[in-house]
Amino acid sequence: MKDYLDLDPRVAEEPRELRTEVMTLNVGPQHPSTHGVLRVVVTLSGEEVLDLVPHIGYLHTGFEKNMEFRTYTQVITYTPRMDYLHSFAHDLAYALAVERLVGAVVPPRAETIRILLNELSRLASHLVFLGTGLLDLGALTPFFYAFREREAILDLFEWVTGQRFHHNYIRIGGVKEDLPEEFVPELKKLLEVLPHRIDEYEALFAESPIFHERARGVGVIPPEVAIHLGLTGGSLRASGVNYDVRKAYPYGGYETYQFDVPLGEHGDVFDRMIVRIREMRESVKIIRQALERLEPGPVRDPNPQITPPPRHLLETSMEAVIYHFKHYTEGFHPPKGEVYVPTESARGELGYYIVSDGGSMPYRVKVRAPSFVNLQSLPYACKGEQVPDMVAIIASLDPVMGDVDR
Amino acid sequence: MNYPLDPYWVVALKALLVVIGLLTAFAFMTLIERRLLARFQIRLGPNRVGPSGLLQPVADAIKSIFKEDLVVEKADRVLFVLAPLIGVVFALLAFGAIPFGPPGSFFGYQPWVLNLDLGLLYLFAVSEMAIYGIFLAGWASGSKYSLLGSLRSSASLISYELGLGIALLAPVLLVGSLNLQDIVNWQKENGWLFLYAFPAFLVYAIAALAEAARTPFDLPEAEQELVGGYHTEYSSIKWALFQMTEYIHFITASALIPTLFLGGWTMPFLEVPYLWMFLKIAFFLFLFIWIRATWFRLRYDQLLRFGWGFLFPVALVWFLITALVVALGLPRSYLLYLSALSFLVLLAGLFYSPKPVRKGGGA
Repeated sequence: MKDYLDLDPRVAEEPRELRTEVMTLNVGPQHPSTHGVLRVVVTLSGEEVLDLVPHIGYLHTGFEKNMEFRTYTQVITYTPRMDYLHSFAHDLAYALAVERLVGAVVPPRAETIRILLNELSRLASHLVFLGTGLLDLGALTPFFYAFREREAILDLFEWVTGQRFHHNYIRIGGVKEDLPEEFVPELKKLLEVLPHRIDEYEALFAESPIFHERARGVGVIPPEVAIHLGLTGGSLRASGVNYDVRKAYPYGGYETYQFDVPLGEHGDVFDRMIVRIREMRESVKIIRQALERLEPGPVRDPNPQITPPPRHLLETSMEAVIYHFKHYTEGFHPPKGEVYVPTESARGELGYYIVSDGGSMPYRVKVRAPSFVNLQSLPYACKGEQVPDMVAIIASLDPVMGDVDR
Repeated sequence: MNYPLDPYWVVALKALLVVIGLLTAFAFMTLIERRLLARFQIRLGPNRVGPSGLLQPVADAIKSIFKEDLVVEKADRVLFVLAPLIGVVFALLAFGAIPFGPPGSFFGYQPWVLNLDLGLLYLFAVSEMAIYGIFLAGWASGSKYSLLGSLRSSASLISYELGLGIALLAPVLLVGSLNLQDIVNWQKENGWLFLYAFPAFLVYAIAALAEAARTPFDLPEAEQELVGGYHTEYSSIKWALFQMTEYIHFITASALIPTLFLGGWTMPFLEVPYLWMFLKIAFFLFLFIWIRATWFRLRYDQLLRFGWGFLFPVALVWFLITALVVALGLPRSYLLYLSALSFLVLLAGLFYSPKPVRKGGGA
């Protein structure tokens, strides 16, 4: 009998122990909370994230390459399409880089308008961040509240630029045209309600015990690691590192504005949320100051090499016709060289690295996109957390996939 | 207490009425919830189909019936089809035991479908069976998201179920019967049960919210995390059946809380048989929708901690106190005072607890 048992391998087998297996879960690119088309492949043990690999490229559109075949002015059509939430930051970063390259002088009114619109755009972006971030934590209502204010801001943009998203408004050496008359009163109306609304939103989550449960101590990125991973923007400041390009390397007139840089301490989801909410208050401050400085004046660099002549001159001046023709067929020629101007977008340090070979189109454009770099910290922040935390962490890093893939 | 039995054809008729009524209520609850959520969220909600959107449920029903009914390749076909049916059937079964008025108020017959002496146990058994629908759906889908969703639902089941069950023991001890009619009648004579068992009422209301898988306990289907949770792979009418299950649970829970703790169909003044019951149900439905519009979702380990660490002990302590009072034959007013005290403690906790603030400055 014993021999018989020994012969059968199934019987001789050890009694089966309870086994556990890790599970590989593919999240995205089509998933309700990947903020676009981010795909992450997570290795799970139960609901605990053991490993996480972000896969990008689903929104790759070749903007950078396309820019090599457009004149410096035409490139502005592409820039807002990358970070479609804070599109003015991209316009501004690009314009600043080219202006440094060609030595354009931006008139003070244009500078003020740019900062005004940039901060408004930052507000709109943070509102989306807030709404979608809280939505990912299971709260439905803040999303609609945040989008109400964003809608008002987008309406203002539509008024100024004719577009809600892809403004195409900033030009090398200034802005396309002056603000419409109704803009300032409408903006003032918005500024009256906005601070209260921001307080409301903060109360909505910062005073909710469930939010504290969900967000505190989740996805902690210590300052050293954050710096090591190249994290910038609100996500870096949430870790307590005081780095805001607007303060560290002021650009476009930011050095003349009074505002604080809100800092976090713990570097978790909670701090990343709260830092951005406080940044919104600072943006309101900056907008108020900018409104006070809005003196009448020209909004474009008068240099005819950079700015095409106004339309009405074409009927009287032959020179204007020539410049007009040159601008719209060829564009201007910056000197040979390369340039990089860091700016602070709603997501972090944003800069255009432009190489010019002296032609009318850039030889190479490389965008230092904050979303892309910030996404590097995702695996670090998610390891050891749970699936719902992973969703919260993705939201708190605030990636815009257009900005990641370009 | 013995109640006269109805003839079988009346029982059958009433059963049919409950099923039809619940299905209609489900359809309109979807509309009401969407409209109410829209109100909370400064939008209008569905208002295009029919007068102020009243025909929206019909449009939804037509749409979900005529959509393509997919069965995923990896799915276990039998269970995949069976799971939504299990869910709906058991969800429907629970409602029949709930009394809506005094005996004989339904055209001379009884205002309930069946009157069981084991009423509460029956309700329990039936509503817990409905979890099988969710669990099997997740298992049979052959999808990882569904599996995670169904695991969550079983994990949350064991966490809130203990609190739920033990919270109900307090009224059962006081009344001395599991029969729902007896419980309501007792409340009519002695005052509503939540006066005697406020902590149990609270625990039961919270656990009922979890049982109906509503925010903040809607983990099994957490859209932002698990796409759709257990019903990720379901489409067409099978998906609609899951919605049906969920809403019927929701309605049953809203009907059970008043029946057990708030006097059921009774009211100290102005007694109209059906009116108060419907108003009480409507109140809880509204409350749950309100909660959904306000709160965040808990993580499932937090739900476990909450279930085991708060609901269970509170329910247990109150059960022991009630047991002591009943066993020693002490006057019931002791419970009344203790219950009021616990209410005051809760109020004080709500008003005087500091807002959650992070220590150590910074953000």
